[in-house]
Amino acid sequence: MSALNELYQQMILEHHKNPRNFRKIENPSHSAEGHNPLCGDRLTLSMHLDADGKFLDIAFEGSGCAISKASASLMTSTLMGKTQIETKQLFEEFHALVTGKLKPDKDPHRLGKLTVFSGIWGYPSRVKCASLCWHTLMNALNKKGIATTE
Amino acid sequence: MKTLNFSKIRDDFPILKRLIHGYPLAYLDNAATTLKPKAVVDRMAQYYSMETANIHRGVHFLSEQGTLAFENAREKVRQFIGAHKTTEIIFTRGTTESINIVAQSYGRSMLKQGDEILITHMEHHSNIVPWQMLCLEKGCVLKVAPINDTGELIFEEFEKLLSPQTKLVSVSALSNSLGTVNPVKRIIQAAHAHEIPVLIDGAQAASHQTINVSEWDCEFFAFSGHKMFGPTGVGVLYGKEDLLNKMPPMQGGGDMIASVSFEKTTYNVLPYKFEAGTPHIAGVIGLGEAIDYIHSIGMDNIQKQERALLEYGIKALSSVPGLRLIGTAKDKSAILSFILDDIHPHDIGSILDQEGIAIRTGHHCTQPVMDRFGVPATARASLAFYNTREDIDRLTKALFKVKDIFQ
Repeated sequence: MSALNELYQQMILEHHKNPRNFRKIENPSHSAEGHNPLCGDRLTLSMHLDADGKFLDIAFEGSGCAISKASASLMTSTLMGKTQIETKQLFEEFHALVTGKLKPDKDPHRLGKLTVFSGIWGYPSRVKCASLCWHTLMNALNKKGIATTE
Repeated sequence: MKTLNFSKIRDDFPILKRLIHGYPLAYLDNAATTLKPKAVVDRMAQYYSMETANIHRGVHFLSEQGTLAFENAREKVRQFIGAHKTTEIIFTRGTTESINIVAQSYGRSMLKQGDEILITHMEHHSNIVPWQMLCLEKGCVLKVAPINDTGELIFEEFEKLLSPQTKLVSVSALSNSLGTVNPVKRIIQAAHAHEIPVLIDGAQAASHQTINVSEWDCEFFAFSGHKMFGPTGVGVLYGKEDLLNKMPPMQGGGDMIASVSFEKTTYNVLPYKFEAGTPHIAGVIGLGEAIDYIHSIGMDNIQKQERALLEYGIKALSSVPGLRLIGTAKDKSAILSFILDDIHPHDIGSILDQEGIAIRTGHHCTQPVMDRFGVPATARASLAFYNTREDIDRLTKALFKVKDIFQ
C-alpha cells in the first residue's frame, strides 16, 4: 500500500463525505470549540453526559479538511456510551497512534476503527488535523473554552 | 534581449535534481521562497570558509575585504532598485522587518492620534499587523481600500480614501495570494497629489518585475532576499534620505553610533544608523550574488518566460472541472491560486506532495483576502522562470487524481 493510500483510506474518505453525528446538541452538558490556525479548521463539539459521566450523545459541527472531519466523525461514533475513564484511555492511545508511538499491529489497544489514522504519523503537518477534535474534547470535559492546535 | 536556454538554466539549481517521494521535484511554491542558484550558495560558503571577518571597524586584511564585499552588495542593491544613493539602502532581516521599521520609527515619531494609514484589502499580514500595532499605540486609524471580484484594487475607492488625515499609504506591488500586479506608479502619484508618503511592499515584485524607486518616487520600498533567489534572513529597506534622516534609530548597539559616552551618545550617519549590531554579512553578500544572477538571466527574459508559463498554466488548470481560480486580474503575475470542488486545500496539498509536487495551501498570510472571496484557504501554485510546462502538466494530472480520490 502506498503512503498516500495510507492517509486517504476509503474509511476516512467515506466519513468525510458522510460525517456521523454532524449536528448540534441543544442544551449540552459540555461543549467546546476547536481551531487549527494552520488549516483554518473550525470545530464545535457538544455532548450530553449522564450522572456517571457516560456519553449519552456527542456531536460536532464545523468545517475543515477530510482528515479533521473524518476524525471527528469517527471519534464521536466511538465515544457513544463510553465512560470518562475509557475516553481518557482512548485519547492517550489515539495520541500515541498518530505520533507513531503505538503500532496497532503489535501493541495492545482498544482503538477499533480509529486505527485507520495509523498512517498519519508520516505526515507531521497533518497530525494536528486528526487530533484537533480530541483536544477539543478534552477541553470540553475539562470545561475550558477553546482548543487550538498551536 | 539575450535568448536563453531555459532547460540548461535548471542546472543552476541543484535541488531540481532531487527526488521527492521518488518523483522529480516540481517546485511550485516560489511565492513562499524561491530556489537558490548554486552561485549564491557557493558565494556564501566562500565567505564562511575563506573570508570570515567582521566588517566596518577592522584594520586587518580580511575585515577590509569583508567590508568591501558587504558595501559592494549595497551598491548592487542600489542599482537593482534604481535608488540614487547607497545611504538610502538599509539591510534588514527581510520585508517584514523593513515594514516594521517604518511603522515603529517613522510611524511612532511622525503620526499622531486620528491620523490615517491607508492599505489595500490584498495586503500580506506583514503589511497589516505592524500598522494595527501602531494604531493601537498612537490612536491612528487603519483604512482599507477594497478590491473587486478579480482581485484588482478598485482605484476610485482607493482615491476616495485619500484624505487630509491620511499620513501614509502602504501597498503591495504584487499580491502574494492573488498574483495581482498593482498600478504602483498611479498609486504613488495619487497619494503624492495629497502629499502623502508611500511605502511599497516589494516582497513578491522584486523577482518578477523591474524596480525603479527613483522613477516611481515612492518614499519607502521593502523587499526580501529569499524571494529573489537569495538567502533567507536578509532584506532591504529603501527610504528617501531626508525621511531616514528625520527618523529615530530602531535599535541601539554597535555600528549605529558615532560616539558613545555615559552622558551622551551620537548616532552614526545613514545607512548605519539603522544597522545596529553585526549584520547578516554572508546573507548580504549572497543577496548581491543573487542580483548578479538575475542580471545574468535578464529581467526581460524572466518576465517573458513567466508570462508564457502563466498563460499555459491558466489554460491547463481551466481544463480541470470544478477548479476555480482565485485572482484573475488583467495584470497578473505567475501565481495560480485556486480551489477545487469542496476539497480542502490541505488535502490537495498532501496528495500533490506524494508525487513530488510542492504547492502552498492555506491562507498565505492573507486571511482578509480569503474572507473577501469566501474561502477558508486556497491551493497556490506560484511559478518562477525555471519551472517548465511539464511541471504544470504534472500538477494538472495530479489534480485529476485528487478529484478521483474524493469522488
